Amino acid sequence: MLRASLINIQLLAALIAVGYLVGTLVALLQVYGGRVLKAIANLYEWIFRSIPALVLLFLFYYGPPRFGLDISAFLAATLALGFRSSAYQSQIFRGAIECIPSGQMLAARSMGMSRLRAIFTVILPQAFRLSIPGWTNEFSSVIKDTTLAYAVGFNEIMRYARVIQDSRYELAMLAFIAVALVFLLLTGAGNALMGGVERRFRIPGLQMPGSGSGDHCR
Amino acid sequence: MDRLLRVEDIHKRYGKEEVLKGVTFEMLKGETKVVIGPSGTGKSTLLRCINRLTPADQGRVWLEDEEITHTRTNINKIRAQIGFVFQSFNLFSHLPALGNVRIAPMKVKGMKREEATRLAMEELGRVGLGDKADAYPAELSGGQQQRVSIARALAMSPKLILFDEPTSALDPELIGEVLEVMVNLAKEGMTMLVVTHEMGFARAVADEIIFMEHGVIVEHGSPSDMFARPKHARTGEFLNKISELYGETD
Repeated sequence: MLRASLINIQLLAALIAVGYLVGTLVALLQVYGGRVLKAIANLYEWIFRSIPALVLLFLFYYGPPRFGLDISAFLAATLALGFRSSAYQSQIFRGAIECIPSGQMLAARSMGMSRLRAIFTVILPQAFRLSIPGWTNEFSSVIKDTTLAYAVGFNEIMRYARVIQDSRYELAMLAFIAVALVFLLLTGAGNALMGGVERRFRIPGLQMPGSGSGDHCR
Repeated sequence: MDRLLRVEDIHKRYGKEEVLKGVTFEMLKGETKVVIGPSGTGKSTLLRCINRLTPADQGRVWLEDEEITHTRTNINKIRAQIGFVFQSFNLFSHLPALGNVRIAPMKVKGMKREEATRLAMEELGRVGLGDKADAYPAELSGGQQQRVSIARALAMSPKLILFDEPTSALDPELIGEVLEVMVNLAKEGMTMLVVTHEMGFARAVADEIIFMEHGVIVEHGSPSDMFARPKHARTGEFLNKISELYGETD
């Protein structure tokens, strides 16, 4: 069962990575994109925040074969949950980007940086730090979503528990309690890790409002 | 001396209000000019129109022979040659003083990290902050932050530095250290265009004072002429009031 939980961690890592990259892109388009790009990003965010995770999973797993595309349960789960997470992560990043005082961009531009270079050298490094607390929250939310992947036949921990339930009914409760314990541990460890990351990257004076003396989001 | 900057008939309108109504002046290499005037007369807008942080509606600006306002001019190349010091410093909050000073030479000029670091340490020393290289902006006083931002501008070896009320956001006891740095720069021959209310600074180093009101230049001249015999009653009035307010003595 513990080995099965490793599969959940793999899925988590993959979907967070997808969500992180796509989420950053969506956030950038929402803040800096032109009208069309902004509309596309907003549409994307709306779609993936509205559809239940389970429905997305089914769409991604059973959809592609209809067009002759073979998709593994892992890939389907990674994409479905990853895109979903990217929609949430984009809002974390967008909030962080919008919290950065406009003077930062102005100063970067005044020294001859292009808009794109200013975004990458000045805005994003600050936005990433500001979004760590929100990201911790998102992490502890998606780690639990990984159990949904059992519904598309993915051999993760919840599926393992269901197999026990089917074969030895008297052990079912025990199995579910074990799953619960595994997630208590995983989430606890993850939060501790993220807390460490937050401290590691802490910079004096660079915080979200309400978490100290930062004067952002005026 | 060579002409460095020419500003010609700059107009800028925000909605209904025209904040700049045709401003024209020139700067020679090594000159320090101080722009004064009541708030809301377009002084800061004028500075921003020069490096196109704010696009002018009408009029032209040249840096030496290159027309800044021309649509085909690579504005990033121009801005790399014009330092800008903000009232609110705008140091990059995620970088320590050293990082703030070396980032533009590295990212804009493509200077190597070691070289940029050496240069940045030199510039920080020049503004008296060699020992604060590792401090983040939030760990520095306002005066120190503004000096770092001057070092940041200097690191690009600019042909001209624009100062937008560099001491207006500072506690009174911190103004002196920033002005001292600016006075030294002026004496070293840096070309500076300074919007400020610091008459002591204007008297000490300005080659010319430009008095602006309601979007136009009312009068300009040497500090001694402007203070002793202003041509317009309004200029004298303003100078008296501002000297009183800012306790001008030098």
